Amino acid sequence: MSLVNYQTREITCKIVYYGPGRSGKTTNLHYIYSQVPQDRKGKMVSLATQTDRTLFFDFLPLDLGTISGFTTRFQLYTVPGQVYYQATRKLVLQGADGVVFVADSQARQLQENIESFQDLHQNLSEQSVDPRSIPLVIQYNTQDLPRELILTTAELSDAINFRSVPDYSGDALHGPGVFETLRGISEIVLKRLSTPSSAR
Amino acid sequence: MTGTASRLAVAAAHAVAEQPGLTYNPLFIYGSSGLGKTHLIGAIGNLVQQRQPQLAVEYVTLEDFVEQLHAAIAANEAERFKQRYGRVDVLLLDDMQFLTGRRETQAELLRLLNALQGTGRQVVMTSDRPPSEIPDVDERLITRLSGGLIVDVGAPDYETRIAILRAKCDERGMRFQTGVLDELAKLDFHNIRELQGALNKLIATQALGGDQIRAEQVPGMFGGAPPPPRASVQVRASRAISRPVLDFQSFVSDIESSIAKHVDPWKIKVAEAVAYWNGEGYRTMQLERILQNAGPKADFEAALREYFAAVERLRALEGAATAIDPALGANDVFRDPERLADAEALANRAFSGATPPPGPSAAFARAEFEVSASNQLAVRAADAVIEEPGKKYNPLFIHGPSGVGKTHLANAIGNEIIDLSGGASVVACVSAQQFMDELIAAMQDGSVDRWRTRYRSADALVIDDVQFVAGKERTQEELFHVFNALHSEGKQLVFASDRPPRQLDGLEERLRSRFEGGLVVEMQAPDRALREKLYAHYLNEVETPDRDALIAYLADRGATSVREVIGIVNRLIAAADIAGMPLLLSVAKTELDSTTPAPHAPEARVADGYFLDDEKIVWHLPDVAGRLIEEPR
Repeated sequence: MSLVNYQTREITCKIVYYGPGRSGKTTNLHYIYSQVPQDRKGKMVSLATQTDRTLFFDFLPLDLGTISGFTTRFQLYTVPGQVYYQATRKLVLQGADGVVFVADSQARQLQENIESFQDLHQNLSEQSVDPRSIPLVIQYNTQDLPRELILTTAELSDAINFRSVPDYSGDALHGPGVFETLRGISEIVLKRLSTPSSAR
Repeated sequence: MTGTASRLAVAAAHAVAEQPGLTYNPLFIYGSSGLGKTHLIGAIGNLVQQRQPQLAVEYVTLEDFVEQLHAAIAANEAERFKQRYGRVDVLLLDDMQFLTGRRETQAELLRLLNALQGTGRQVVMTSDRPPSEIPDVDERLITRLSGGLIVDVGAPDYETRIAILRAKCDERGMRFQTGVLDELAKLDFHNIRELQGALNKLIATQALGGDQIRAEQVPGMFGGAPPPPRASVQVRASRAISRPVLDFQSFVSDIESSIAKHVDPWKIKVAEAVAYWNGEGYRTMQLERILQNAGPKADFEAALREYFAAVERLRALEGAATAIDPALGANDVFRDPERLADAEALANRAFSGATPPPGPSAAFARAEFEVSASNQLAVRAADAVIEEPGKKYNPLFIHGPSGVGKTHLANAIGNEIIDLSGGASVVACVSAQQFMDELIAAMQDGSVDRWRTRYRSADALVIDDVQFVAGKERTQEELFHVFNALHSEGKQLVFASDRPPRQLDGLEERLRSRFEGGLVVEMQAPDRALREKLYAHYLNEVETPDRDALIAYLADRGATSVREVIGIVNRLIAAADIAGMPLLLSVAKTELDSTTPAPHAPEARVADGYFLDDEKIVWHLPDVAGRLIEEPR
């Protein structure tokens, strides 16, 4: 997928929210959706099971209007976190311009985070995408929970962010950190506009 | 001031102003208040008037439009209102969002848009939102508003804001400490008007307070809170849950500056060229390849120049080719700079295939034309025409009986015009019969346009035996148009006929009046003086002992036409041959008197010597054209 099309004057970014089940990926998208002004709102597509866990994936097209003469669209996807939806995760990950890894800050979920992060690397490798070069940021979500239940961002960073990618603390339910994370990933993705050789 | 957010709108406005009605019609510009929409559409109007002053440009806000409509309806002048707007070439409508709920206005506007667009007139509209979001508007109207191009004018980006502020400061002759304007530009103003207001406040503060404003004071002066940190990628968020939540709007503006930073300006330029020339209908594959290859960007300007040059050349070729054959205009090769060679070839084929209109026969020279009282009027007129084609007697209509030399004279005029122009002039010289045959042939193979163009591109037109067009409707129709086309360009027209226009039955009134609009001259049967000259001319090379007596005898006999003179000469030469002796007067007498008495020319007609007297004729009638009254069509 071409990120920037100079002829049709379109910039299209596909950003995938990745992470373990219940870490708040869909919540991120919902918050973003709730903040988009009426005139820019596309349709958020969610395919969920009856228990409201993401079965297939969420898709939020985000129309940012004309920027620098380019019609700019962000496509935000989430993958289902549950381990057994491996195939769906691979499918959604295809052609991603950037990945947001949404980690669950709860102390008891640390192992899940690490496993999911490894899973991400494995899936990227399988699609012959170098996990070290694809734009990636990490969000430590659910930081609004009581202190005693969660790890600090520093602790999480030590455990997960061994590559020192930009990371953010987040409270996707209430908003803090959501747009910061999106901005963070967007800017890394957009940076690659000027270095087309590194883009796929 | 064109920033990235308004570049597309400005480009579209430019395209529209350059060629109203041809590119984006209607052009719909939207954007929130104070971003320069009205400025932009005003600029379109000004540019159009500058380029094409003959076009009627009308700027009106929707409010005014509604008011005028109401006033017109109240005064029972709705029809006048419609007519007034129906005549506008470029209609600029501001503030379309006020359409909401105005059924009457919508209906009127719908009708007006249909009328204007149907006749290729340009409509430009502005609104604070896209057409589809103007509430309570007729669906049909929305589709029409959206039918052309919809562009938005975005809020100016940081750099544009700085540029605007600097320009405004220069305008006001105001200087600030470094950093002040940058601080001001960083603040979150939604539009240019607010930004200007803020600048005014700064100017006033500094001018009245006397102190230089420092950069760090600026945020405090406008709403207090320092601007949120922007565009820093590495926001290592430690426990910063309490800091202000980044909202969608500032996210978008961050992304904007990020995109502005990272898109390649040269690619934008190339892409703009692609969009522009695509809009003009040209193929842009070679530019698109530059974009795709993302190759060495150093030569993109050269590539663009090369492309423009090719397009220019194509335009020139197309112009030249369509002048020959309008049907060539639709040809694809004129739209693809990569096929320039093909276009050249096609144009060349058109040039070589285009036969110039038939010219005058070289056999007829003015120098060989013998003059006497019976034809001197026509000859003098012909000389005047040769001297200044198109200036004096246009058209020149020569009539007279068969064989008096009309064809000779008409062709001679054509030859002389060509000679005097050094061969540059194209003189079409045909008989009416040939003119009609060509028309019929052209109608058969569908090349009437080309045929017409051939004649219209001539510098002068000579039509012999024009009496044949009488009763031929289509030929008269074409002749009428060719006449008008040439006459309006001051090109000479010469007609020869066997009788004056007034006596041509079946000649349309509009042609007759045009034929009579120049000079109608008569050539009469040769009088004795002319006959003498003619016999002298034709017997010049014949062996005859008693030449003078023979010529005098022959001239006395009379002849109704030059053709008859030639016939007699030939007959005498043949008779002398048969008799095996030189052409003696006696041979002539035997030959001519023994047979039928020669029909005697009606000398009386020629004898109107008073009128034909050279000195009594007014050669230059001043201002004839001004006194001619055309019949109303």
